[in-house]
Formats: sequence, structure tokens, C-alpha cells
Amino acid sequence: MRILIIEDDIEAAAYLARGLKEAGHHCEHAADGDQGYTMASQSGYDVMIVDRMLPKRDGLSIIEQRRRESDETPVLILSALGEVDDRVTGLRAGGDDYLTKPYAFTELLARIEVMARRRNPGEVETVYRVADLELDRLSHSVKRAGDTILLQPREFRLLEYLMKNAGQVVTRTMLLENVWDYHFDPQTNVIDVHISRLRSKIDKGFEPALLQTVRGSGYSLRVPD
Amino acid sequence: MSPGSINKTMRTTAFKLSAIYLIIFSIFAIFLIVYISLNTQLLMTRQLNSTIEVEVRGLIEQYRSGGMPGLVKVIEERSRRPGASLYLVTDNSGHYVAGNVAALPKWVLDERGALEQTVSYQRLGETERKEYNAVVSVYEMFGGYRLLVGRDVGEREIFRKVVEQAFIVSAILMIVLALLSWMFVSRKVLKRIDVIAQASSNIMRGQLDERLPVTQAGDEFDRLSENLNTMLSRIELLMKGLKEVSDNIAHDLKTPLTRLRNRVEVTLASESGDADKYREALEQTLEESDTLIRTFDALLRIARVEAKSTQIEKTSLDIGAVAADMAELYEPVAEDEGALLTWEASPGFVINGNRELISQAVANLIDNALKYAVRHVAKLREKGAVNGETTLPDVPRIHVSVCRSGEAKATSEGGDMRPISLTVSDNGQGIAKEDRARVLQRFVRLDKSRSQPGSGLGLSLVNAVACLHDARIELGDNAPGLVFSIHFPPAPETKGEREKRVLDS
Repeated sequence: MRILIIEDDIEAAAYLARGLKEAGHHCEHAADGDQGYTMASQSGYDVMIVDRMLPKRDGLSIIEQRRRESDETPVLILSALGEVDDRVTGLRAGGDDYLTKPYAFTELLARIEVMARRRNPGEVETVYRVADLELDRLSHSVKRAGDTILLQPREFRLLEYLMKNAGQVVTRTMLLENVWDYHFDPQTNVIDVHISRLRSKIDKGFEPALLQTVRGSGYSLRVPD
Repeated sequence: MSPGSINKTMRTTAFKLSAIYLIIFSIFAIFLIVYISLNTQLLMTRQLNSTIEVEVRGLIEQYRSGGMPGLVKVIEERSRRPGASLYLVTDNSGHYVAGNVAALPKWVLDERGALEQTVSYQRLGETERKEYNAVVSVYEMFGGYRLLVGRDVGEREIFRKVVEQAFIVSAILMIVLALLSWMFVSRKVLKRIDVIAQASSNIMRGQLDERLPVTQAGDEFDRLSENLNTMLSRIELLMKGLKEVSDNIAHDLKTPLTRLRNRVEVTLASESGDADKYREALEQTLEESDTLIRTFDALLRIARVEAKSTQIEKTSLDIGAVAADMAELYEPVAEDEGALLTWEASPGFVINGNRELISQAVANLIDNALKYAVRHVAKLREKGAVNGETTLPDVPRIHVSVCRSGEAKATSEGGDMRPISLTVSDNGQGIAKEDRARVLQRFVRLDKSRSQPGSGLGLSLVNAVACLHDARIELGDNAPGLVFSIHFPPAPETKGEREKRVLDS
């Protein structure tokens, strides 16, 4: 993916670019708001990572203007502010996701990969399939190798999100935000427990195990290599 | 007064106001005086003219009945009266026949009829010619004789002078009064402003506990001072919160930072060069820094909530749903720990609140309850096993509920205004009465050894969130265990709800 990083902290940007490069992405960097806007409007990127507070021009105003100019590039907002209302203003300005500094690199990587893929339009799928696991969004039914699996409503939504992003890494915070719609840190390993419950329902007694733990990052639903 | 202080005085509001009043009053007074004097003069002139007319008619009557000698006799008689009118009779060649006027401008006698004009003349018997002003009326009689009757207008002049003087005197008086009132007002006002200015500059210099003086007058200055004092109290409270946070950071963040630094230092100093060891140390460092970041975030969030930022959006929030949601989130965790998490929360308990913050508060409460209940029960079991007891103690239990609390009472609006209480209870070891207020403070952990994980910030956030929502926190005894209740004021009933309720009843 071609990624534009608009970030005034050179060191943070370099660290970010190195990490993204290692993950196989191509990065370009703008060090202030004006340059960032120019680069964003001149060439197309797959994803933009925009710091909120920038010299010369505020990050949110860049996003707002690009959106007015019908640029639909997925945007991840980075910010040192992290309160509920800051997140809301960031997303209202046209950002697709919001990450508070300091962040874990794995978190950022997981988010931009999910974000970039989600933007690829296609017909809305009503049935998700991974190997022999099948989730029907209309009838709310789940089957593994033809056997019906009964899930609680929340478990269904959890699996739905995992299957929608099948093959991608999703972090615990992403799950908490997207499945439960909470943006705070619950301290305890609540998500892990929910995942292991789900795992016992969809993977127990079946081969191969599809719901995998990605060490240091989160989870991924995929056919193991 | 030095030029500087005069300049300063001129710039005061009191001075400006006095000047404006002075100008307005002067304009008004001038208008009044001019109006009165003009009207009076008009009235007096009319009176004068009618007097003259009556006299002329009377004298002509005399001439008709008594002829010239009769007229002369009457005129001479009238001339002798004090304050007499002016009389003059001339023959057809303009020579004096009778009267009390010695000299007169020539043209006057050529006029006919009432002459509403002032002329200067000389009275008969006066040695030197003195100029008087008078209103005269000339009448031509049969035989070429002319009769002139007039009245001196001195009286009118005197009246005009009196008015003029009155005006000058009153103007001077007004200016003096304005000056006096200005001095009085400005001194009084300036004095109070000076006191306020003095107090506020003291506060600016750092005496944050000082307050502006409030007199018992109850005037606008008192209102201003009271408002400013309230503001200062609020600022002081916020500053205190900020100071507390920085103290807390100094105390509770330095320890893990030191640990972090030591670990890195020791790892660097070891000469083994073992990659696995480095890796392990780095992983621990990462974990520790994550904990630090979490603590920071929690502290910042508490500070933000305590500052009652108006930016925190509140909406109609079904707190029963929030509680059920959180309980559902934690239920598998409880089960994993061998605890029983139950909840009863029927929908419809609506408050005005922030979903995110209240959810987090509930999460913290459940998290705490779970931690302490599990620990306590484990301890009891251990003790039981040591003493050889056969009946195992109860499982750890946590119960979450949302309900109305207090007596049912109808308010004037008719809606149910009883507080909505969110309660999380457990069967842990509970909190001793004397410690209950303390646990809400930052970094307070009753477990002195701090062996258990936790930042000691969970309940502080709960407290801050409760404050933000004007809710009251109550800690009680569950015998055994803790009952933690937050009593929220209910959201005011909407119009639709009221209609529905009225229909239902």
C-alpha cells in the first residue's frame, strides 16, 4: 500500500515509516500541514495517517478539505488528545479511525490494514465464509462443516466482525470498539475471555483451528498456513 | 492633584457619567428658562397693549364729551399719578398741547394705531433726556389733533433681567452640585473598585486563597465580587486537583519508572549477550511502559472529568441497559474465575449522562468487586482447608442492579423524581467504615503491600464520573462484602413520556 504520513515529529514518523516498510508498505512523509495537504491532493494514496496537531495547518482541516474535494482515502487520525469528545470531533471531520498516542505499532498496523481493505467497495456480502465456517448475516445463523452452531447475540457480532476482517489481524481494542462500542481500557482481559468462549464454540472438535491468537497484536480468523 | 491623577480621574466612569448628566441637565434647564421667559414676556406685552387700548378709548370718549379742554384736564390729572402712562396730545402742526412726554422721535407721531414697538422718549419735568423704552399707540382725532398713549416697558426689562440672573445662578449652582455629586460618587465607587483591584492583584501574585471583599450592601459590586469569588473557588479547586495529580504522579509513577530504568540498566550491564535474555527484558519493559501509559491515561481522564468539562456530551441514557451491557461483558470473566456475576436491570431508568464514562465507571466497579470477592473467598477456602473444615465457603458473588431508591413521592410535575440507583455488591471482605471515604481518592489502595495488580485509580474515576453527573456515592456493608451504590438524579421527563404516563394512569 502507498501510505502518506503527515506528522511533524520526525523521529516518530521515521519509526512509523520503518515499521510500515517492514510490513511491506510504501511510505511518504510530510512534516507540516501545508506540505501534507499538497501531497495528499497531488497523488493518490491508499491510506493517510494524519497527526492532529501540526505546524502551519491543523490535521483535521486537511481531512475536512480533502473530504470536501471528494477524496475518499481512508484516514487514520493520530492524536495526543484522547478523550471521548476529541475522538468524536476527529471522526466527524472525516477520519475513519482514531488512535491515541502513545500507541502500539501493532495496533496501528492492524487498523490501517483493516481500514484500507474495508474501503474496497464490492457488493455487500450477506454470507461470510472462511474454510468450512459459514456465517449468514440475514438469518443470523452460523455453521461449521454443515453443523449449526448456536451463538449468543454478542458472540455472533464478535464472529461477524472477525469474519468480515478475515485474514487480517484485529486487536483487542478494535474488538472492544467495534463489537461493544466502548473506547476505554477495561483493564482486565475481558476480550480474551470472550474470544476463548467463541473459540470453544467454533473451533472445538473441528480442524483446523481458525480463530488464531497473533502474539503481541490480537486475533485473526484465517486458515492457518 | 498631579496632572497624572487628574487625567486618571477624567477617565473614570464616574466622571464621564457626571459630565453627561451635567450636560443633559443644562440643556433641559436652558430650555425651561427660555420657555418660561418667552411666554411671560408675551403675556406681559399683551397686557400692556390692552391697557393702552382701554386708556385710548377712555380719552377719546373724554374728548368727544368734553372737547379739548376736558381732555387736557384729564391728561394732566392722570399724568400726576405715580407710575402713570405716557400721554401726549399735539395739534395738527405737531405742536405740544398737553401730556407728560417732553421729547419723542419725530416719526412716531406719523404712525397710526397701536404701535407695538418700543420707542425712546423723555418725560416732562425731567431735566436731562433719559432714554426709556415704551410701547405707544397713536390715535388721530377730529380736528387734526393726535393722541399718544404709551406705557413704559421697564417692568418687562426688569423681569427679563431677573430671569437672566436666575438662570446664571441656577447654572452655577448646578455645576457646583454636579461637581459635588461626582466627587461623592467617584470617591465611593473608586474606593470600592480600588479594593477589588487590590484584592485581585494580590490573587494574581499567588495568594489564591484571598477573596474579594463583599459588603452587606447587596449592590452590583457585591454581586460582581460574589461571582468572582465563586469563580476563584472553582479555579482553586481545579488547581488543587492539578496539584494533587502532579503529587500523585511524583509518588506513584516514579516507582514503576525507576523499576523500568533499573531493568534496562541491569540488562545492558550484563555481559552475557544472551539474545533471549535481552528479549525477555525488552518484553518486560514494554509491558511496564504499557502499564505506565494506562495509569497516565486514567489520571488524565479523571482530571478531565473532575474539571467538569462542558465538552463532555451528555445524552438521555438508559442506565439499566448500560449496566446489563457491562455485566454481560464481564460475565465470562467472572465465570472463568469461578465467580457468579448476576444482574437485574430492567430498561427505562433514564438519566442524563455520558455513556462512555458511566460504562467505564460500571466496568471499574465490577472489576473491583470481582477482584476482591475472588480474593476473599480464596482466602476463606485456604483457611478452611487448613482448619480441616468440610463445608466450603460460598462462591464469589457479584450482583449488579439498577432500581429506583427511596420513598415513592409525587412531585409537582407528577413524574417520578426518586434517584436511580446503580448498585454493585460483592461478598468480598468489604471496606471498614473509616476507610470508605478514603478509597475514592487517587492511588489509595487498602492493600498496603500492593501485591495485587491495579493502579488505585478505578474508584477515583467512579467518584469523578458520579460528581460529573451530580450523583451521590454510597458505600455500605453487604455482610459480608461491599455494597457500592451511585444514586443518579433521573433525567427530567420528556413531554411524550408525560403524556404516555397520564394516558396510562
